[in-house]
Parts: sequence; C-alpha cells; structure tokens
Amino acid sequence: MNGSEFNWSEFFAMGGYAFFVWTSYGIAFLVIVLNIVMPMIGRKKVISRVKRAIRREQLQQ
Amino acid sequence: MWNWIQKFSSPKYFYDMSAKLIPWFAIPALVIGVYGLYLGLFVAPTDYQQGESYRIIFIHVPAAWMSLFIYMVMAISAGIGLIWQIRLADVIAAASAPIGASFTFLALVTGSLWGKPMWGTYWVWDARLTSELILLFLYFGYMALQSSIEDQRQADKASGLLAIVGVVNIPIIHYSVEWWNTLHQGATVAKFDKPSMHVDMLIPLLLMALAFQLFYAAVVLVRARNEALYRERNRRWVRELIEKI
Repeated sequence: MNGSEFNWSEFFAMGGYAFFVWTSYGIAFLVIVLNIVMPMIGRKKVISRVKRAIRREQLQQ
Repeated sequence: MWNWIQKFSSPKYFYDMSAKLIPWFAIPALVIGVYGLYLGLFVAPTDYQQGESYRIIFIHVPAAWMSLFIYMVMAISAGIGLIWQIRLADVIAAASAPIGASFTFLALVTGSLWGKPMWGTYWVWDARLTSELILLFLYFGYMALQSSIEDQRQADKASGLLAIVGVVNIPIIHYSVEWWNTLHQGATVAKFDKPSMHVDMLIPLLLMALAFQLFYAAVVLVRARNEALYRERNRRWVRELIEKI
C-alpha cells in the first residue's frame, strides 16, 4: 500500500456502505471500552462497600 | 490432587495470581486486534458479491463465536460450582455473564447492520437470529437471578441451573442454518472441508477472533477479581487487603 496514493475518502465511503460498516465498528468499539471501564468502576464500588462495612463493625464494637 | 485443586481454586490464591496474568492477555489482545483490524480494513480485498459491506464480518463473526464460547465457559463453570462446590468456579461463571451478554448484543447488532444492505431488512424471525436472541435472554436471566437472590449460594444454584439448561440452545444456534431455511448464510470457516473464504479475508477474521478471545480472558479475570473480593468480604484476607488500599 502506497501511503501517498491511498484514497481516504474512498476508504471512509466503504463502497456506499459507510453507515452500516462504521456503525458496526463504532458499536464494537463502545462494547470494548465499556467492558474495560465497567469492571474498573466495579472494583472501586466493591472496595468502598467493604470499607464501609468494616467501619460500621468497628463503630459497633 | 484434591488438595492441589483446593489450593489453586482458593479465591485468595486466584486474586493474587490473576493480577500477574492479566497483562499477558491484555497486551497481545491489543496488538493482535490492531493488526487484525489493519488487515481487515486495508488489506483484505473487496468481496465480489457483497462489496465493502462484508467487512462487518471481522466484528460480527468473532463476536458471535465469543457469545457461544463464553456461554459454554459460564455453563461449565456453573456446573463445576454446583457439583464440586468450588467457589472460584461460581466466580468465573458470574464474571463471564455480562461479558458474554455484551458480545451477544454486539453479534446481534452488527448482524442487523449487515442484514439491512444485504437482505433488505434489519431483522427476521428466522432460526439463527431468534436462537441468538434467546442466548442474550439466557445471559440476562442468569444475571437477573444472580442479582435478585440475596443468599449467594442459592443465587449460584438457581442461576447455574438456568445456565446448564440453556446449553441446549448452543447446538441449535450452530446448526440452525442447516436445519431450517434461513436468510443467514451457512458456515464459511467452521466446517470440515476447506473454508470457503479467501485467505486474505480468513487471516484477519481469525486474528480478530483470537484478539476477542484474549480480550475476554483479560476482562473476565478483572471481573472475577472484583467478584472474589465481594463474595469473600467477610474473610480475613479481604479485610487485610482492603485496609491496605
């Protein structure tokens, strides 16, 4: 592939199927990102929940 | 042997070990995924029948394969949890469900976006599409049972049973294109004679499938670590660990 000859607008047009192709890839990207971000948020939630439980128990003692 | 299984399947041991394992899946997933995308979008030739629209295949087929694979991992883990009471197996099953659901969703949506230009419709109630939709509902059912039953053991039992019964849907999905008349095309890769696909299309497809597989391995470990922490929250190792964070 020769970089200077590569036709980007043709590439993005996807032979007239741009909407279908790029929406598919966009949603795939979103699914990947959410799969990474959600467990990261989940980890923070679990830690703060357990911390709160520990504090509650210490107060009760 | 049993002692060995007990040691390696203890959630604490898993928690420590998995942290080291995650980058070994995540980094290859990224590298192979980027290379697969490059080959799929820039190098693979235009399809003589479907034009450029076929490039959806590099997302759609790996996502669909993963939707089945993750379901089997979930059902087998749930089965191991039910029979041998191995806590880690239930953790893996519970961690797999949302990932599997997301890939099933992705397979359905990309299939729909591919169906519109090729078949003229976003959706038909044929065997392949319907059985894949049922798969999504099986994942949702599992997740609903997990989150709605207070007692963790009962939750694992109920959701595990659902996962195991739902396995009957897996061969139905796979063979649906042979057993029933459908708009969906037949297998092009997973069949016994040579795959009916150009090598320049086949290689990026297999690379993307491998990348998705590695991605799942990394993400399921992250989720399973959270799940293990939460489930073991009353045990000393979690208490000690949390206090250090």
